[in-house]
This record gives sequence, structure tokens and C-alpha cells, in this order.
Amino acid sequence: MQKSLHIDPNKCTGCLQCEMACSYENYGAFNISKSRIKVFNFESAGRKVPYTCTQCAEAWCLHACPVDAIRIDAATGAKVVFENTCVGCKVCTIACPFGTINYVADSGKVQKCDLCGGQPACADACPTGAITYVESDWTGLGKMRQWAEKTDTQPRA
Amino acid sequence: MAWAKKILRVNLTKGTCASEPLNMEWAQQYLGQRGLATKYLVAETDPKVDPLSPENKLIMTTGPLTGTMASTGGRYSVVTKGPLTGAIACSNSGGYFGAEMKMAGWDMIIFEGKSKKPVYLWVENDKAELRDASHLWGTTTWHTEETIKQAHQDPQIRVASIGRAGENGVLYACVVNDLHRAAGRSGVGAVMGSKNLKAVALRGTVGVSGIRDFKAFLQATTAAKKVLADNAVTGQGLPKFGTQVLMNVINEVGALPTRNAQDVQFEGARKISAEAMHEKRPTDGKANLITNSACFGCTIACGRVSQVDKTHWSVVNSPKYWGATGGLEYENAWSLGAANGVDDLEALTVANMICNEDGMDPITFGATIGAVMEMFQMGVLKKEQIGVEAPFGSAQALLELAHMTAEGRGFGKEIALGSARLTKKYGHPELSMTVKGQEFPAYDPRGIQGMGLTYATSNRGACHLRSYTVASEILGVPVKTDPLSTEGKPDLVKAFQDATAAFDSSGTCIFTTFAWTLGDLAPQLDAACEGGWTLERLAEVGERIWNMERQYNLAAGLTAKDDDLPKRLKTEPAKSGPAKGLVSGIDKMIPEYYKVRGWTAEGVPTKDTAKRLGL
Repeated sequence: MQKSLHIDPNKCTGCLQCEMACSYENYGAFNISKSRIKVFNFESAGRKVPYTCTQCAEAWCLHACPVDAIRIDAATGAKVVFENTCVGCKVCTIACPFGTINYVADSGKVQKCDLCGGQPACADACPTGAITYVESDWTGLGKMRQWAEKTDTQPRA
Repeated sequence: MAWAKKILRVNLTKGTCASEPLNMEWAQQYLGQRGLATKYLVAETDPKVDPLSPENKLIMTTGPLTGTMASTGGRYSVVTKGPLTGAIACSNSGGYFGAEMKMAGWDMIIFEGKSKKPVYLWVENDKAELRDASHLWGTTTWHTEETIKQAHQDPQIRVASIGRAGENGVLYACVVNDLHRAAGRSGVGAVMGSKNLKAVALRGTVGVSGIRDFKAFLQATTAAKKVLADNAVTGQGLPKFGTQVLMNVINEVGALPTRNAQDVQFEGARKISAEAMHEKRPTDGKANLITNSACFGCTIACGRVSQVDKTHWSVVNSPKYWGATGGLEYENAWSLGAANGVDDLEALTVANMICNEDGMDPITFGATIGAVMEMFQMGVLKKEQIGVEAPFGSAQALLELAHMTAEGRGFGKEIALGSARLTKKYGHPELSMTVKGQEFPAYDPRGIQGMGLTYATSNRGACHLRSYTVASEILGVPVKTDPLSTEGKPDLVKAFQDATAAFDSSGTCIFTTFAWTLGDLAPQLDAACEGGWTLERLAEVGERIWNMERQYNLAAGLTAKDDDLPKRLKTEPAKSGPAKGLVSGIDKMIPEYYKVRGWTAEGVPTKDTAKRLGL
């Protein structure tokens, strides 16, 4: 069963635990500037939205890479950057329509979410359930359930 | 270890920025943040210094847990000598600014001297420089933050700044970061303004590394987060209702100071409560509250995000107030509302926005308006002097006076001095609801006796955040005590004061203490930092910090006479509610408190006490 990160912005409080967990997982430091998941704060609308790579089935980044440095992890379906192969050309960062693969000047390579090998640190760290790791085919199940509950409008005998 | 071990020293007179190592010996004695920065202030300045002179210093400081995954680990404080009180000032704030300072690789920034021209400090990791802020002077905190982000073309910069209140010498001006979080009390923003320092802008990409034992740290922080999530106050009450959950509760127990503490219950409390913020307005069908929000690293998320009704008279012609922004916390809803008899939730939300926008402490501002309104009621102050009709309950007066004060116009210049100076000038010092010149907040000591002792003995002037005995007296945390009794309160207050000083100095938020004790904090600190941080050691560090602050105040010229409450609370009994007929028993509690503290009858730490604490 393949799983995906699923994001519910309405539950996000902007605490950035996800960004700290991500940076620690990948860099061994609490350093939100290195996080592969970002929380955007739309101040005047009062909305906070976590955003990261959604692991496209037909990934633009993967197809654009001239040296095949982005490969599919068979176990998780994640599109993973192989740093030893990456030449830092940044073509993937142009190809990705969502901006979720980015260059890291310190290493001269690109980075993106790799689902932490199947146990995403961001989802583990999220205190409100705004970021969950759920079955890819049923990311809408929670919302369906909420709406299903609202259909119960008839008085019972 | 979790300290960055580096201080940035900024000399505004010379225009220099220099890095120096953190005194790790002191860090072992005073932990960080409030404790450690106060140690630096004590060591480097004369306690008798004029707070608004170049000789005073201003320190922005983080704790060892700031910028880590510890829940609420995003706090920083501003430490200086306060211009409102003449005492030690230490104002704590959340948001994201503190964590950014740590991630740029700094434990604290010490500002000294005074710049000739308005400047702001720009810090990008280890690079720091002062930049011209002439174009920002005379503008709000909101405009300043936006302009700096645009100038650097970087939306990820974090900014702390003063608004016009800080520039205009409002003695309770605050430092505002991330648009609506504030180092709020005691006038730290006025000190920043006196130094011609408009803002501090940070970008940190170094991060926080060097956690002593990461595995143990993750275990300890995860366990502590669970304690917060499972607790009814931090897991449910605060996220849903914010601190405003208290409005109806405190009103019911008869401890809501109303109309300048003439009453202890407010008939309009329900209309300005958390529950009211959740209700749909008849005018536009929307609720005042949009959502809750968290500061950096916080798993409680008590923050309020509100949006006012665009058709409300107070904003109908001011589109800049139409967006979502920081909403009312309990203290502000009280100080702007109940303290003045104002029950218009939308107007209070706007008054709070003005305080954020121009950087003013809403507690002192609101409580000062309460004194103005009482003097207006008595006929001591007339409309011609104030500039507006100012009867109790007037939201129009509240908003107009907020603008006038922040902008330094007309009678606003007198309100800017706080109620102690204002009431004295007009011959009625008894109408100032202050201790050490600072207005007390939203808990009436006649109905919650422990808070009387809290206010009277708080080192930064009247304040609820130095020992929040409301937790025990009203909410039963960690044990229930009788709010109407003075019995045992000196011990209770001391325990809360010491624990709070340790929490503040760690870089975590005091609101965790609805669920955490020092026993929950200790394993997190111990895993993060070298030194063997036990509960007992933290309690001792807290006590050491408290006594150091006390010694500073005594050296600054304060005496036991300053550990007192306004006469009204001691002579005018509560008129209604459970505390009806009661006055504060402060005079009974003080001598016992001094004994419990190991102080002389004059409130001076004895030689033995000082020696025991290594002072």
C-alpha cells in the first residue's frame, strides 16, 4: 500500500514543529531554513498552509534531470535525489510546477522531500494532525467522513 | 549544548557590532534568557542609571531551549532598566523572532549607547551591521516590518521593532515582533526608542545544533508535549478559547477589576469574552475569531487571529484594519474593556490592533484610561483638557485616546506617562492602580488574595506573569487553594516566582505551567544542555534570579515601601460576588513573605540568603 503526505491547512497553527523535524532528520540541526516542508503564513487572511512535494506520479523533476539523479523509491514511491549523481544544474527546479524542489548552495545539490524512507518526520511532529501520512488512494477519506456525518439530518423515530 | 555560546554586542554610539563568547560560567548559574541577561545587565550597568539615558543597556535574549523542538521553545525577552518603574524590566515575547536569533547563531544581543540617527540592526548569521532607519522613523511597527522585508527582498526575515509610541517616549511602549507579538510591559520599547534604535531584523540559517543527547531530548520533548496535549487547559481550553477563557470565570469569582477597580464584576463581561469571540455577529454573520495560532514551536496554540466587522464605526473608513490580525487576549480584553467599562468587542479588537501597530502595552494603556475616565467622572478632568468626552464605557474615547497617545498628540502626551504620574499631576495619586508605577492586570486582589502579593512583590512592577497564583487559587493547578484567604500565600507566591524565573530563563513559555512543573522542564533541559539540570537545581536557579532582581531594585533605590498595593484595594471592600466585603490582606502577607524569602523585615536578602544563592 502506497502512502502520501496529506495536508489539512485548516488544522495548521504555524508552530513549525514540522520544519524543525525535517531539518533535524536531514541535517542533524534544528534549522528551519533547511526544511523541505514550508509553512506559509497568509497573515491578512488568517491562514497558515504547510506545503511540500506531493510526489507526482509523472514527476516533472525526474523527467527533466539530465543525469538521472532523481529516482523512484520503490518502497514508498517517493522521488528521491541521489546527491552523488546530482550536478546541481537546477533544471529540475525550473521543471517543477510547484517549487518544491530547491537548490542548496551549501552542498551544491538540490533537495526535496523523500518521505524520510517511509516515516515522515514532519507528520510525526505535527501536533494538530495538519500533516498526516495516509494511504495514497484514500487521502480524502477523512473529509468524506466529515461530510458523510453531515448528511444525518433526518429526525429519528 | 543548546546555547549558541555567542553574544552580539552592538555599540550604538560608535556604530560597531562585535561578537564575544557567552559567559558559560554564568550560564550554569543563571541558565539563559531572563536570568542570564539580567546577570549581564547587573554586571555592566549602574542600577541608578536613568533608564532613558545612553548609559542604560538593552538586551534581547534567548534561552537554551529557544529554537529547538521543545514545545513553546521560541521565546525571547527584552531586559533593561524600565522607564515606567525605575526597576528591572524584563518583557517576554513569542512569535518567531527569538528562534530566528538563535538560528542566526546568537544567544543574545546587547545594545549600548545611543545612535545619533535612527538605525536598525541587520543580522544575517554572523554578519551584523547598523543601517539607516531615517525613512522608518515616524512609522508603525507594521510598516517597518513590511518595508524591511521588501528592502532585503526576503519574506523570511524576522523583525522586532518599535512603533511611534516607542519613538515618542510613551513610558509603556513595547517591542513588537512578527506584527502582533510583543515584549509588552515596563516600557522596554521606550528604552529602544531612546537609543534611536528602530528595529532589529534577523535572518538565521545556521540553525541550532549541539543538543547534548538528541535521543534523550526527543524522548523528553515528546513526553512533555503529550502532557500539554492531555491537559484540559493546555490541550483544550487555551487552543479553543485562548487566555480569554478566563473572562467569564474571573468575573464570576468576583475578581475582574472594573471601572478602575471601583467594582470587581463587570456587567458587560459576557459581551467581551472568548465565547462572544466565537459567536456570529448579527451585522455580517461572521465571528470575530477566525482561528487560533501558535508561536514558534508551540503545541498549545493559544494565539487569537481575529477580523473585525468592516462596517463597524471604528474601522469603516480604515481599510488597513480590515484584514485578519492578532486578536484579543484576556489581559487586553480586560484592560481595554472591563477596566474602562467598555463592552464593544469590535472596538476593543481595534484598540488592541492600534497597540500592536504602534507598540504600546495595552495593560498599562487601558488601565491608565480607566484612571482618566474616573477623573473625568469626578470632574477633575474636563473634556477641554482631554480633547474628548471620556465617561466610563466610551469606546469612542478609548480609540481616540489610543491614537493620540501613540502619536504623541494633545492629552495623549500625558496618558503616555502612565496612571501613576498622571494621577499625581492632577492631585489624585490614589486613583492609580499601580505597584512600582506599573498598572496591575486583570485579577482583583480582593477576590484572589495571592495575586495581591504577586503584584506587590513583582520585581518589574505589578504583573501577573511573575507568579500566576490564579492557576492554584482558581484553576486548582497544581493544588487548589482558597482565593479569598491569605493563608499559605507567601509560600505559594515564592514557589511560583522561583519556578517562573526558571521557565522564563529556559526559553519556554510560562503557559506550559498549567500542565508542566519543573519536573517536566528538567529532563528537556538536561538532555539539551550540559550541567546536570535537575528539578532542584532549576528551583535554586529560579530563586537566585529572583534575589538578583531584588538586589538590583534595592540598589536602584526601591525599598520595602514599594512592595505595596493601591489604597483602594486595601480600604474599599469588594462590592459584589464571592469576595463581597473583602479587601486585600497584603499587609498581613508581606512580613511573612519576607521571612519565607530569607529577607530582613526591610525586605533585603540577608547575608545568609545571598551567600546560599551565590550572590
